[in-house]
Amino acid sequence: MRELSLNVLDIAQNSISANAPLIEIEVLENTEKKELLIGIYDNGRGMTAEQVQNVKDPFFTTRTTRKVGMGIPLFKMAAEQTGGSLDITSEVGKGTRVTAVFKTDSIDFTPIGDMDSTVLTLITMNTDRDFIYRFGIDDRIFTLSTQELKTILGDVPLSEPSVSMWIKEYLEEQTQNIRGGVL
Amino acid sequence: MKSLEELMAIRDKARAAMTDREGNGDGIRIVVGMATCGIAAGARPVLNAFVDEVAKRGLKNVTVAQTGCIGMCQFEPIVEVFEPGKEKVTYVKMTAEKVPEIVANHIVNGNPVLEQTVGAVVKD
Repeated sequence: MRELSLNVLDIAQNSISANAPLIEIEVLENTEKKELLIGIYDNGRGMTAEQVQNVKDPFFTTRTTRKVGMGIPLFKMAAEQTGGSLDITSEVGKGTRVTAVFKTDSIDFTPIGDMDSTVLTLITMNTDRDFIYRFGIDDRIFTLSTQELKTILGDVPLSEPSVSMWIKEYLEEQTQNIRGGVL
Repeated sequence: MKSLEELMAIRDKARAAMTDREGNGDGIRIVVGMATCGIAAGARPVLNAFVDEVAKRGLKNVTVAQTGCIGMCQFEPIVEVFEPGKEKVTYVKMTAEKVPEIVANHIVNGNPVLEQTVGAVVKD
């Protein structure tokens, strides 16, 4: 994957497939420790201990169209090649938590890329689910919750073009704000 | 700065427009493969380009959706167009740049862009 934001989009699709009503995504950078934490947490159907072991193996997949599943292995590789790590915890019936830590000063650190686009795609393509997105650098943190947006919107869907456009611009503004105007 | 008040105004406007749109259930479906293979090959900008183009043209009978792995990973990004009463059209190796042409010729005017479909690409 060219950007970590694409890995996030990919991993979040697993939460959608697991029928999670709520998916939380966290992208938090610690400039002092030179670390980036990316978390994807869901309350979907969860996995057994054996399945958790298996998803790190590229030759394991639940899909039927082909025999390899590269989502988690690629994300794990992206983290480990920086000297970071990937952790998965899951419980059947409760949900799954995928957490990856990256060393941002590593030469093999993949850029975060366009997280706004990933979040917008997830929100507008899965309006029957809820998302909480947190983006932060050190103590500057911004949160977007689709539950809050839905309270305002009522029967107007998040996929309505004028609404999507507002979310897109809102995400971009808030992200830029956190980054201190430097993109 | 974008405010939640602004979102309320957008809601009211959208709600008024939505009522004109009711009762057209069987439109065209544009489906983009968004499994690991599709995403790695560049499906996200393709999906966004379709959403933008459909919104820009105000096409009311068209939905853009995502799906998992379509099963021909080497041809990703793959886009399938489902039109009621017609055979499915499968576009392969899509890019965001190809999207306006496909929307104009196929979605709006009903002429699939054959040279971008799986039948044309896989032969060579």
